[in-house]
Amino acid sequence: MSGFGIGQAVRRREDHRFLTGAGSYVGDITRARAAHMCVIYSDQAHADIVRIGVKAALESPGVLAVLTGQDAENEGLGGLPPYFMPEDAGGPPGFRTVRPILVPDRVRCVGDRVVAVVAETADQARDAAECVEIEYSPRPCVTTPDGAAASDTPEIWPGCEGNRSFTLAFGDPERTDEAFARSAFVVQLDLRNNRLSANSIEPRCALGEFIISDGEGQYILHTSSQNPHGVRKMLANSVLAIPETCLRVISPDVGGGFGMKADPYPEDALVLWAARKLGRPVRWVASRSESLAGDNHGRDQVASAQMAFDENGRAIGLRVRAYHALGAYVASATVAPITFSMRMLPGVYDISAIDVRTSAMFTNCSPTGPYRGAGRPEACFMLERLMDEAGRVSGLGQVEIRRRNLIAEQALPYATPTGLTYDSGDFAGMMEKCLELADWDGFAARKQASEGKGLFRGRAVTCYIESAGVFNERMELRFDPSGGVSILAGTHSHGQGHATAFAQLIHDWLGIPPEQIRHVQGDTDAVTFGRGTYAARSSMLASTALRAAADEAIARCSPMAANILEVDADSVEFGEGLFRAKATNRTVSLQQVVRGFFAPMGVPGGQSLGLSTVGTAGGEAPNFPNGAHVCEIEVDPETGTVRIDRYTVVDDVGKAINPMICEGQIIGGIAQGLGQALVEEVVYDPATGQLLSGSFSDYGMLRTDTMPTIAARLEEIPCKTNPVGVKGVGESGTIAAPPTVVNAVLDALRPLGVTDLQMPLTPARIWSAINGAASRQAEPA
Amino acid sequence: MKLVGEALIRAERELVWQAINDPGILRQCIPGCEEITRETPVDWVATVVTRVGPVKARFNGRIRLEDLEAPESCRIVGEGSGGAAGFAKGSALVRLAQEAEGTRLTYDVGSEIGGKLAQIGSRLIEAFAKKYAAEFFDKFAAIVEAGTASDISAISGEAPVIPIPAGDVSVPAPATRAYALPAAGAQPRPAPTVAESTRRWFDAQSFTILVLAALLVFMTVMYTLK
Repeated sequence: MSGFGIGQAVRRREDHRFLTGAGSYVGDITRARAAHMCVIYSDQAHADIVRIGVKAALESPGVLAVLTGQDAENEGLGGLPPYFMPEDAGGPPGFRTVRPILVPDRVRCVGDRVVAVVAETADQARDAAECVEIEYSPRPCVTTPDGAAASDTPEIWPGCEGNRSFTLAFGDPERTDEAFARSAFVVQLDLRNNRLSANSIEPRCALGEFIISDGEGQYILHTSSQNPHGVRKMLANSVLAIPETCLRVISPDVGGGFGMKADPYPEDALVLWAARKLGRPVRWVASRSESLAGDNHGRDQVASAQMAFDENGRAIGLRVRAYHALGAYVASATVAPITFSMRMLPGVYDISAIDVRTSAMFTNCSPTGPYRGAGRPEACFMLERLMDEAGRVSGLGQVEIRRRNLIAEQALPYATPTGLTYDSGDFAGMMEKCLELADWDGFAARKQASEGKGLFRGRAVTCYIESAGVFNERMELRFDPSGGVSILAGTHSHGQGHATAFAQLIHDWLGIPPEQIRHVQGDTDAVTFGRGTYAARSSMLASTALRAAADEAIARCSPMAANILEVDADSVEFGEGLFRAKATNRTVSLQQVVRGFFAPMGVPGGQSLGLSTVGTAGGEAPNFPNGAHVCEIEVDPETGTVRIDRYTVVDDVGKAINPMICEGQIIGGIAQGLGQALVEEVVYDPATGQLLSGSFSDYGMLRTDTMPTIAARLEEIPCKTNPVGVKGVGESGTIAAPPTVVNAVLDALRPLGVTDLQMPLTPARIWSAINGAASRQAEPA
Repeated sequence: MKLVGEALIRAERELVWQAINDPGILRQCIPGCEEITRETPVDWVATVVTRVGPVKARFNGRIRLEDLEAPESCRIVGEGSGGAAGFAKGSALVRLAQEAEGTRLTYDVGSEIGGKLAQIGSRLIEAFAKKYAAEFFDKFAAIVEAGTASDISAISGEAPVIPIPAGDVSVPAPATRAYALPAAGAQPRPAPTVAESTRRWFDAQSFTILVLAALLVFMTVMYTLK
């Protein structure tokens, strides 16, 4: 429509605030008389609590309260259940847990919350916390999902046999066995998907208040969350046992969530409880080490994967047996990544028979939850590693093996054996475009140049697909008397640029100038209801709901416009922000019409005083962003260091509302995918269950000098199952990057005899693999 | 963490045994040791000031001697709980063997750390511990080799070591004491007087170093008793 409409690379309106230090995060919100909380995390992986001595802490300067799990039980406070279990969606039953806000009896991971200390200052709270004496009686522990399944492994939850909460299976085992029996060749890999920490730049934090209003108590929680209404629901119903009207949750500016902040944590409940007990606001901010120990982690899956091919290199069978770690509790929406890791396994390939199964295992580690990609990266990693292996075994190579197996454009809509329906796309086209953009054919010369420098060069191509958008959503347009509008969003932007993208939609559809469009989110008092932002859901669900709300606004303004234009109601048409009397040049803008809803007398327009409209998106069908990555790396055999030389992506994002934001999301996603591939890993000591990666000197984060320049191209093949044609974009980069990097490194090192590498590909691992392979090769000689 | 090593000290075994049981000598050999005292013949407390980079800190550690076979071997068991800082526990088997050139001291240490002590910088501890141990033995060997038993008393300025009873020793349960960070001594530590920004820097940047130092001291104290 104009320079601000749909499809324009508009600069993000919110960035000025963020870049000038004017953002308002939970930690920026001040309250008079606020007390500070320090939560003591268990330093034992698995132990009975024998005794908690709080006397010295209570006598410590400035201390206001010392709370234990016993206190929470005595006061009837509940705990945090999983967001959902498979059986809630028609799946198999599973072993449920409730995570106590403070553990009264038995800790099950390092980082379990044991005691909360509240004091006048944060330092006093920390000092007093050091005086709390907790005596544990240790139990044996287990830290890996496959280890948890072993017969001699200790039981983490009484009554949960074999530490298995549930098993999910998809496909047809019989047909798959048959396919394997008649296959020409089979590839088989044992894969481990490393445990990750989200490491949002803003750590989790919470500010709890308890006020008496109209004779009733009301809790107010400011929390760094992706989903304030979800936090309200879980805390009100499962922990505090109060009506949701008695709890207001506000998530103001949030500095990154990545799924890790999708659901409430014990600290959210603790600040509210402490605030009520003390009659004072109570705040808590996680340190970086507390974040690494206490945030829900991502991934942590081990899998044995096999793929069968016929003599033409066509994949005819896929079999996967996996274990996915739950950690100590079934927390948050961890069932989502476990499910997606199986459902997305067929990817963009036409595989006739599959038999895939995963078991969700309790371990003595921090709970897992959704983390950017949530299961799709695990699926993509297994599939693309297998495909590469097949390309090598068959001699067809990385590209040809994929060409022969990609789902053809004319086969769409395509029903996967896991019950999804891909509506649109051009999977082969994405790969071919990416290969071309990456100058795939010019590789030989670059490889030669690398060898001249003593470096090994490798390359890989990955095809990925994502399932974006889940649950329904609600968006509201609230017009003001001057004709401006506020978008009351049920979604929650914490880096996705919604204030810009949603304004582009409304500007495009209703002709309201951008400066008169406000974006309101993250407050259960301001927004009637919503489900927050995760799973690359908001582009589709918000645009669909906003379209409905905009259509309702046009419909409600239409008779009033007809009145103003002095024509019959069916003689007006709307376009470009104007109502026009048909076959005339008489127009009135929607904004002028809106002012009519604020007339001082009577019921304006026979409708209502003021105008607000609501749109709902049902979210019945997800959309399927997809595309291809190509990566070229150099390995220095002397140091084992990987340098990413070229990284090229082509993404089908459907209709791009704002290409600049799309590109930013893709690049940010790739950064996190490269992090998983190269440096990131949460490490627990297998013998003691101690967390060994509790600071940024121990947990590897990608640095700017490792991050390559990304050549990104957007392809816009409209989604057919939503009115705007959008697809999700937030998780795409994270899904495809890990297998691309690992396959490229293996491509570089195969001549040296290196055939397998597990993430993260640290220099130490690569150096050891190179030197191990060299000595193995030397031995027979 | 496992740490195995040995050192040759050019002195008679009895002399080495005495020296290793002499708080005055140990104080001189442990880098940064301010005080080392025996509460009973088998219960020891040490205060050590450690400087790593810009950070200087004072720690208290407590250990107990078990399976005493004077002058041949003993097991040193240590445990410290640092509250929010986590815990460290471990034991070292120390043996003294008479050889032609002197006494060979071998040690076999197994230790377990938990909480923040494990979470932050634990990968670096082994190298630091080795360096610390080397520093100790260099000094220890120098002092012991330079003197005789009576000289040792003179060097240390303290009464000669009480001979360790050959029979069973009643061993009290080990008391635990927090590693005070950053100040020493009495718990709870006084309210911080440093500026908030300094404190934050301290928490974020130097905690790693402090924790390392705490462990080093713990390990050192164990080594010293070998």
